[in-house]
Amino acid sequence: MSKNEGGTSVGWGLSQVRQVGSSVNRSAIRAWMAMGALSILPGVAVAESAGSIPNMMRPEATPAHQILSLTFFVLLITGSIFVVVAGLLTVAIVRFRSRNAGTVVEPPQIYGSTQVELAWTVVPVLIVAVLFLTTARIIFAIQDAPKPKDALDVTVVGHQFWWEFRYPALGIVTANELHVPVSPVDHPQPTFLKLLSADVIHSFWVPRLAGKTDLIPNHENTMWIDPHKPGLYLGQCAQFCGAQHAMMLLRVYVDTPTEYAAWVRNQQKPAVQDPAVAAGRRVFETEACMNCHRIAGTAATGVFGPDLTHLMSRSTIASGATTNTPEHLREWIKDPAHYKDGALMPAMQLSDVQLDQVTAYLATLK
Amino acid sequence: MSNLQSDLPMPIQGTLESEKARRSRSTALLEWLQGWLVTVDHKRLGILYILYSIFFLLVAGAEAIFIRIQLAIPNNHFLTAEVYNRFFTMHGTTMVFLVGMPILFGFANYVVPLQIGARDMAFPRLNALSFWLTAFGGMLLYFSFLGGGLYGAGNAPDVGWFAYAPLTARTFSPGNATDYWALALIVSGFGTLGTAVNIIATIFSMRCRGMTLMRMPLFTWLYLVVSGLTLVTITPLTAAQFMLLIDRYLGGHFFDTQAGGSALVWVHFFWIFGHPEVYVLVLPAFAIANEIIPVFSRKAIFGYPAMVAASVGIMFVSLGVWAHHMFTVGMTSVTNAFFVLSTMLVGIPTGIKIFNWIATIWGGRVRFQTPMLFCLGFLYQFLIAGLTGIMLSVAPMDWQLHNSYFVIAHFHYVLVGAIVFCIFAGLYYWYPKATGRMMSERLGKWHFWLFVIGFHITFDTMHFLGILGMPRSIYTYQPDRGWNTLNLIVSVGGFIQGIAVLIFAYNFIVSYFKGDVAGDDPWDAWTLEWTTSSPPPVYNFAEEPEVRSRRPLWDLKHPYDTDWEYEG
Repeated sequence: MSKNEGGTSVGWGLSQVRQVGSSVNRSAIRAWMAMGALSILPGVAVAESAGSIPNMMRPEATPAHQILSLTFFVLLITGSIFVVVAGLLTVAIVRFRSRNAGTVVEPPQIYGSTQVELAWTVVPVLIVAVLFLTTARIIFAIQDAPKPKDALDVTVVGHQFWWEFRYPALGIVTANELHVPVSPVDHPQPTFLKLLSADVIHSFWVPRLAGKTDLIPNHENTMWIDPHKPGLYLGQCAQFCGAQHAMMLLRVYVDTPTEYAAWVRNQQKPAVQDPAVAAGRRVFETEACMNCHRIAGTAATGVFGPDLTHLMSRSTIASGATTNTPEHLREWIKDPAHYKDGALMPAMQLSDVQLDQVTAYLATLK
Repeated sequence: MSNLQSDLPMPIQGTLESEKARRSRSTALLEWLQGWLVTVDHKRLGILYILYSIFFLLVAGAEAIFIRIQLAIPNNHFLTAEVYNRFFTMHGTTMVFLVGMPILFGFANYVVPLQIGARDMAFPRLNALSFWLTAFGGMLLYFSFLGGGLYGAGNAPDVGWFAYAPLTARTFSPGNATDYWALALIVSGFGTLGTAVNIIATIFSMRCRGMTLMRMPLFTWLYLVVSGLTLVTITPLTAAQFMLLIDRYLGGHFFDTQAGGSALVWVHFFWIFGHPEVYVLVLPAFAIANEIIPVFSRKAIFGYPAMVAASVGIMFVSLGVWAHHMFTVGMTSVTNAFFVLSTMLVGIPTGIKIFNWIATIWGGRVRFQTPMLFCLGFLYQFLIAGLTGIMLSVAPMDWQLHNSYFVIAHFHYVLVGAIVFCIFAGLYYWYPKATGRMMSERLGKWHFWLFVIGFHITFDTMHFLGILGMPRSIYTYQPDRGWNTLNLIVSVGGFIQGIAVLIFAYNFIVSYFKGDVAGDDPWDAWTLEWTTSSPPPVYNFAEEPEVRSRRPLWDLKHPYDTDWEYEG
């Protein structure tokens, strides 16, 4: 329970508040105060796994921020309603409980009261009016936000059970790990996502950045994010899409401008050509691998599976099912069901030698 | 009324009694069984509905327990992804279609004719047909475990209870499991439609003398509203199922996105059914609470006309809110805003109801017997469910919370915290009428307290999982997301609820044989069903009752302080 990711920050909750307090991020403090007031339960989760929680109460981009402020407003109203109504109910039950069960005397019968009933109809009408207007404002603010000229465009394509990310202006295609530049509040650099699906409905959800939007075949959607702080943000598919919906995980890396530029430069290069692993490349190009996967600069131009040109630049494989190490890669190629039973990649029935060769080759694709 | 006597089947029964002695025990058993199978008596059919639903409640509850074992710890291998997906699909489909609707229509079948002083439903044979169609639908759905596989091996639907297209297309769901799902819902849907027609006809044409519409017990009023709503909501679902089957087998392209069809058409169809369906389930729960809260507070319901108006209001508004299930599919901002408003409007008549229930308790003398305990639990939980519903109606909040465990928590607060609580209340309340025996009050309190504790441990905690980003329908999760302990707590609560339901089942069976004899009117209640014997005779009432107010039995018990002097 008290395990911290990487063991870096003991007593995470406190140090986080301090750190947040020193930066300008007040809403995170408010978020935690509200959470603390609601229950101690989320505290349990915090103790478990520090920074990786996809917690909507710790927003780092404008849409998620706006949603959170609206959330506090709604919580305030609904919380007040709860206190008043549950209070009345409790008073009624306690005050008017039957004291001696044997009694046959019935209480006075009251059939209704027009004034009282009118009052408790009008008050909810007013509350609804306020709630609706506030909500509508935020809907328009987020959904109809104008797109700046220098916004980054990324096309997200949902597949059973992985994510494809295409950067049309940059000529980059990658999978499962989205890289976007940080968007400082004083110098916004938002990313607009065009959401498509290759098969069934999926949903793109990274709670700390924005609400979710569905990826629907034959129906193009858009959403936008402008992450204010570099770092890794976790999410996953939020619409049941088949056997391995649970393992359709999503990682968004928000890079500093320098990191981002370096990442783009690397992704734009063709695949590494290392003669030492030519045997592995031959296996890849002669077995069925190339039917589904693309490696730029080779004969492999498949489009059904993730682009592997810079496979080793990603930290996970199988859409986050496991970390990207040569051992895991070998196991994954040998038997995808080992990590992700129901994934559409078939077991390739390669010999041990071929497995070693192709793994060695893939491991060079930095 | 003397000519009524000749209608009574007494002489025939007498003949049967004398012949019985000469028959073997197996013949007697067969006759008893046949009596239940071919019955057109609304009371027997009502009991069949309820027993059928309780059976499936145990089945779908067991599925939930399997789900919670799987999710108790991260990266668990107790169930495979495939089996888990089947279990949550079957859990949802079963609870809505084979538990919720049949048990609530079971209550209607049993109670409505008695409450309006009728001898049976308007169409007794249609009534039997409806039940057996529903029952056949359930069997068909569960037969998919045996016959749904691609190669004839065990399989079951695994597309979620809302079965979003195009996941249900043959490309993505080969085999027959999805067909069983669609066919089962079509068949049971026809049964439901039959029952709804029957209830409407019964209420409109079979009320006893003096029972004007505004003198009907609220229970019956609510069922009139529910049945009307059912007719409008089951129809689009059935149509959509036919379209799905046409897509799958006759080359249709309604939902086939690869051939230009629209996935969103299914989503619209499903929720045009699915949202009013929530009210089809929750209005009967209100109906039960409307009977029990006044009787156990010893006061007439507060604001009867407002309660009727609110119910009718909810029915109409609920038909215009379906797209609040679709805030994330990319509708325009104006459409989103419209459905925010329409959804929030439901809160107004619902709020009126809650206030009226509190006002009914206010000034009363509350008796804390088991039916009332469940109704009080219902009031608190339904209040919370309504408030989380307001949160989800706020589209931007829904963009975050949609399809997360927050939504799971919210709708279980409605379906369990409100509806199942009222179902239990109703079972404890009318059990003595149907069997002539009381259920054990001691076991009933154990059941209530364990269920309440388990319920809150499970579903309160789920809200936080949703806020922490856990989506629904996932068979496992990563250990680094902060969801481990909370999921374990949820599972523990699930087991506590399971134990509570087993106590209920034990009580339900044992009380039939050993319960205290109930008498005609064990709760000192006020509606017509308590004027006849427990259990009532086949013909319900020897003479047609005549009423002058909403509480005929109150008038009878208080001849110097009758209701009809005060009712407007």
